[in-house]
Amino acid sequence: MATTATSPSGTRSPFSTDLSSGRLLYEGSRIPQPIPTILLVPPELEETGDVLTVNFGPNHPSTHGVLRLVVSLDGETVVGLRAVIGYLHTGFEKNMEQKTYWKAITYPARMDYLNFQQNELCFVMAIEKLLGIEPPPKAVWMRTLLAELTRIHSHLVWLGTTGLELGAISIFWYAFRERDLVLDLFEMVTGVRMHTRYFQTGGLAEDIPLGFDAECRRFIDVMPKRVDEYEALFDNNVIFLERTRGVGLLSAEDAIALGQSGPMLRASGVNWDLRRNEPYLVYPELDFDVPVYPDGDVYARYKIHMDEIRQSSRIIRQCLDGMPEGPWILDDRKIVLPPRDELHTSMESLIHHFKLVTEGYRVPEGEVYVPIESARGELGCYLVSDGGPRPWRVHFRAPSLVALEATATCLQQSLIADLIAVAASLDPVMGDVDR
Amino acid sequence: MTSAFAGLPGFVEEKEGHGETTVIVERERLLEAARQLRDAEGFNFLADVTSADYLGWGEKGVSGYWGNAGGRDTNSPGSWGFASVPEPKSRRFAVSYHLLALRSEPKRVRLQVWCEDGDPVPSVVPVWPTADWHEREVYDLMGIVFDGHPNLVRILMPEDWAGHPLRKDYPIGGEPVRFSDED
Repeated sequence: MATTATSPSGTRSPFSTDLSSGRLLYEGSRIPQPIPTILLVPPELEETGDVLTVNFGPNHPSTHGVLRLVVSLDGETVVGLRAVIGYLHTGFEKNMEQKTYWKAITYPARMDYLNFQQNELCFVMAIEKLLGIEPPPKAVWMRTLLAELTRIHSHLVWLGTTGLELGAISIFWYAFRERDLVLDLFEMVTGVRMHTRYFQTGGLAEDIPLGFDAECRRFIDVMPKRVDEYEALFDNNVIFLERTRGVGLLSAEDAIALGQSGPMLRASGVNWDLRRNEPYLVYPELDFDVPVYPDGDVYARYKIHMDEIRQSSRIIRQCLDGMPEGPWILDDRKIVLPPRDELHTSMESLIHHFKLVTEGYRVPEGEVYVPIESARGELGCYLVSDGGPRPWRVHFRAPSLVALEATATCLQQSLIADLIAVAASLDPVMGDVDR
Repeated sequence: MTSAFAGLPGFVEEKEGHGETTVIVERERLLEAARQLRDAEGFNFLADVTSADYLGWGEKGVSGYWGNAGGRDTNSPGSWGFASVPEPKSRRFAVSYHLLALRSEPKRVRLQVWCEDGDPVPSVVPVWPTADWHEREVYDLMGIVFDGHPNLVRILMPEDWAGHPLRKDYPIGGEPVRFSDED
């Protein structure tokens, strides 16, 4: 079980209970001054004329999408760094203001395209908070289950692509093999493999299909064993260890100052997980551990991802065991579409259906911020309603955007080869960064 | 009831809604308030900086008003107006800072300042370095200027872009289409 995993220092269990178990990685702060996100070339180095500026991306196979890094090099050492984003800016937030709420639910899933269900969940939870409604228990349990499946999906893609970027080809195929199993489960439940749009205001769009329980159990039986196999590939691989240990250091204080969240924060020794510290859905009723590693390097981030897949499998098993019977969506005709068969017999239902589809439901005036623990950290949805059927303002706190703010700090005094490992370990999804 | 945040520099108002606390402070004294929140109240984690444009807020009127001045607009969803007119806003823009006290008993608060078009808002980068990109995004998409930001340039839109897309007076689909017949 995961509790036996130890940090490379071998002294501490990753599941401690104190809030901060960070080690002293370096003296003081490494956040660049005066601009926290840009590493400026020291003027005396600039004058020597030996500094070479290289444009890394936006179209480069190891930049995880369209991230552009402008790197200044003195030999092989990174002396200047600037991350440039915006190549995938799509204006989702502006578009969502033009749509009724239930049409806008399709948008968040397309932001972080590896973490689609959780983005959807975050937006739906914000609408429900404004409406003041509680979905039925079955929907809440299923949402928890799917959120954890999405976490596994996202972590598997992270593992595969990170391995690929560090020169390990086989892990890519293994991780994507398991990812396909997750997508099969999504297809079974929602009919779609990605961008599922399964969460509806007030519950779920459809009932859980027959046979899902067995299929899902088959998957979580196999998943923790596969994680052991991945670790066997990496933990004894000298090249991987050399390239990840002690690379991309980020101390606990710097991580908090830079607003890091999720695996980034926990790999720096801060024992913080919204699922446990500010619980939502059914997480308070579940038994799971939060992995924390104090080393603040790329290797620690990799270990966090591995442990989290195991913990997610545990959570999914508990969700399957505890899944209550009953309706999967609220019976509130002012918000939820009436059952299809009623449309042929009931005038009331027909009117409600028509009103909901053409005009949408009205959400009371107010503003909310709903944070959830996505695969990448704190995903927040800020939603302002003016009382009409369309959101006045939607904003997403994108964990990937914040993670990229740490590139300059993590790459202080490092080599160009580390750049790939560090950029990958930050786990940026450019759709989430640029929105 | 006295507010727990009444001692903040430039304190204007504290509001509760949906279990969330919003503290509004004067724009000019934001930096002092931010420092006090971080050092004395323990809000060491800035989760998010965002903004909203309230131009035309509540102009639709209440139900019973059918369509717009030019005639009945049946194609536009929600053109039937509100159930009640929303509470008017004091200024055009709101900038919200979502703060978190990252400790064993976590606490969240929304720090908010209000401003008109062109009013500079003090940058909180000296207090929370993570505000760097968040403030650049607000500047880029909403056009709010942050005074004292070390590198206030566009972040998501191209450098030569005109206008700030998230403003309510910025049309959707209003950008010129290259190589179209209209050129």
